[in-house]
Amino acid sequence: MTINRRQFIGFAGLSALAVWAESPARASAVQAPSNRRWAMIIDPKKCLEIEGCTRCMAACHRVHNVPSIADQRHVVKWIWKERFERAFPSEQNAYTEDSLKDRLLPVLCNHCDSPPCVRVCPTKATWKRDDGIVMMDWHRCIGCRYCMSACPYGSRSFNWDDPRRHMRIPPSSDYPTRTKGVVEKCTFCEERLAKGLAPACVEACPDGALVFGDLRDPKSRVREILRARHTIRRRPELGTQPAVYYVI
Amino acid sequence: MLLKKAFIGTRSYWLWLAALLALVALGAAAWLAQLQTGLAVTGLGRDVSWGLYIAQFTFLVGVAASAVMVVLPYYLHDCQAFARVTILGEFLAVAAVAACGLFILVDMGQPSRVLNVLLYPSPSSLMFWDMISLAGYLVINVTIGWTTLSAEQHEAAPPSWIRPLILLSIPWAISIHTVTAFLYAGLPGRSFWMTALLAPRFLASAFAAGPALLVLLALFLRRVAAFDVGPEAVRRLAIIVAYATIVSLFFLSMEVFTTFYSGIPEHALHLRYLFMGLGGHAPFVPWMWTSVVLAALGVVLLVVPSFARDDRLLGLASAAILVALWIDKGLGLIVGGLVPTPFEQVVDYAPTAIEILISTGIWAAGALLATMLFKMVIAVRRETPVTVGRSGVRTSDFSRSA
Repeated sequence: MTINRRQFIGFAGLSALAVWAESPARASAVQAPSNRRWAMIIDPKKCLEIEGCTRCMAACHRVHNVPSIADQRHVVKWIWKERFERAFPSEQNAYTEDSLKDRLLPVLCNHCDSPPCVRVCPTKATWKRDDGIVMMDWHRCIGCRYCMSACPYGSRSFNWDDPRRHMRIPPSSDYPTRTKGVVEKCTFCEERLAKGLAPACVEACPDGALVFGDLRDPKSRVREILRARHTIRRRPELGTQPAVYYVI
Repeated sequence: MLLKKAFIGTRSYWLWLAALLALVALGAAAWLAQLQTGLAVTGLGRDVSWGLYIAQFTFLVGVAASAVMVVLPYYLHDCQAFARVTILGEFLAVAAVAACGLFILVDMGQPSRVLNVLLYPSPSSLMFWDMISLAGYLVINVTIGWTTLSAEQHEAAPPSWIRPLILLSIPWAISIHTVTAFLYAGLPGRSFWMTALLAPRFLASAFAAGPALLVLLALFLRRVAAFDVGPEAVRRLAIIVAYATIVSLFFLSMEVFTTFYSGIPEHALHLRYLFMGLGGHAPFVPWMWTSVVLAALGVVLLVVPSFARDDRLLGLASAAILVALWIDKGLGLIVGGLVPTPFEQVVDYAPTAIEILISTGIWAAGALLATMLFKMVIAVRRETPVTVGRSGVRTSDFSRSA
C-alpha cells in the first residue's frame, strides 16, 4: 500500500485524536466520596520539650524514602522545622513573647481547601481528594515546577537529581522511591490512613505536639482543640484555607 | 519551492549558519548532560525554582507578540511603510515561538512526559492555555508568512482566506503575552507578580523590545544582504520603540509608587532586592540599574529628532533598549518574583555554565530559523523586484523603495 504525504498526515492526525479520546484520564476516575476532612493541629509550645528533637521529621522521611541531601538548594523535605517568624512572616513583631520568639515549629504541606498547586498543575499530577489530602502522582508529573511557584508555603520539593543516590538507609520496600525531575511533598500519610494508622510524624512525636483528626467529626480531638484554643494558620489572607493549625 | 531558497547562499551566509549550528550543538550537548544528571546542574534550587530558562521563555513570547506592531498598522491601517518589514516581523515571531517551546522543554524535569499536558488537559492551569495560545500563534504565523510569500513568489495575489487569519493574528498576538503574564499574576503569595499591571507591563516592554530587534535586523540586512525595508519603515519602528519604552518605564514607576508608598513589606521586599539589595544580597542591583539607564538613554536617542536621523545612533538606541528590556524580563522578573522566599529568606541565584550554554544554544536555534526564513523572503523579493498589486491582502510599495 502506498500513501501520499497528505494521506499520511491526515492518518497521523486521526490516530492522535483517537489516542487522546481513549486516554485513561477521560474515563473519570472512580473515587468513593469521603465523609472525612483530615486536618492537623500543631502545638509549638509542646514541641521541642526534648532538646533538638527531630523525631517527626526522621519518622516521616524514613517511611517515605525521602532522600537525605545536604545541599540546602536541593534538599527534599516533607516536614521540617522553621523559626516562628519565618513560618509566620506577617506575625513579625519586635516584642514577640519569649516562648514563641526563635522557637522552631514543624511546617509541612497545609493540604489546603483551595490549593493553588492543584489549580496550576498542567497535567493533574497533583490533585485534592474528597478527604482534603492534596496528592501527588510521581509518574505523571512533568517536572515543570509550576506548583512550586504557586505554593505560598514553600512546601514542595523537587528532585534536582536522582534521589536514590541520596538514601542514608536502604529504602523501604513499603513505599515507592522517586525518580529525578519530579515534585514531591507530604501526603498526610494517606497510605497509613488507609490502614487505620495515624500519620508517622504524629505517632513519632514524644510530646503530643501533633494532633491529627477529622474536621467533619464534631467529637474529634482536632475539633475539640479548635473549640477550646486560639489557633492560627499560615497566610490565611490568601484564601487557601490550610488544614494545618497552630495553637498559640 | 520556497524552502530551497534557504539553502542557496554566499560563503558568509553559510559561515553564519555554521556558527549558529555550532552553538546549537554545544547547547544540545549541554542539555544531554542536564538530562543525564538532572536539573541539579543548573543554579536553580527549591527556592529559586525557575530561572534563566523560564525568563528567556517569557522574554521571547514578548518578541513573538510584538509582530503585531507591524502587522496591525500594515493590514488594518494600510500603512505602506511596513510593506517590506511585515513579513520579517511574522517570521521573527515564528522563530521566537519555536525558541519559547525549546526553553519550556529544557526547563522540564521529565521532558519525555511533555505530552501529558495533552493527555490530561487541565483548563484550570494557565500553562495549558499558554500552550494552546503559543501553538496556535505558531501555526497562524507560519501559515500567513508562507502563504503570502508563496503568492509573492508566483507574482499572484494571496488567497482570500488568508485575510481573516491575518486579522485573527492581531488579537491572538496580544493574547499570547497576556496569558504568559497570567502564568505569574495569578499566584497567591507571589506579591511581586500579583499585580493587574503585569500583563500591560509585559505588552509594553514587548512592543519596545520586539520592534527594537526588528530595527537592528533591518539595519543589519541593509548592510550585509543589500536588502532595504525602506527608511520610512525604520523611522516608524523607531517611534514605536521609543513610545513603548516610555510606557514600559512609566508602568515600572507605577509599581515603584504603589509598592513603596504603601510600604507593605511583602510587596516592597522584591523590588528592594532587585534594585537595592536585601540583607547584604545585591546580585541584581547593577543589572537592574543598567536596565533603567539604558532604557532612558535609548528613549532620549530616539525622541530627539536630530539623533533619530542618524542610523548609527538609531542602532545604538535600539540595542540599548533591547538589552535594557532583556535584563528587565529575561533576568529580573522571574528571580525577583521568587526572592525573597515565602519564608522571607533571601536566596541568591546565578545560572551555571551549562544553563548559559543551553540558553545560548536555543537562542542560536531561533536565530538559525529566523535567518533561513529571512533568506527566503530576501530571495523572493530579489526575483520579483516589482510586484503586482496584491489586491485584497496587501499592496506593495516595492516600486518606491526597490
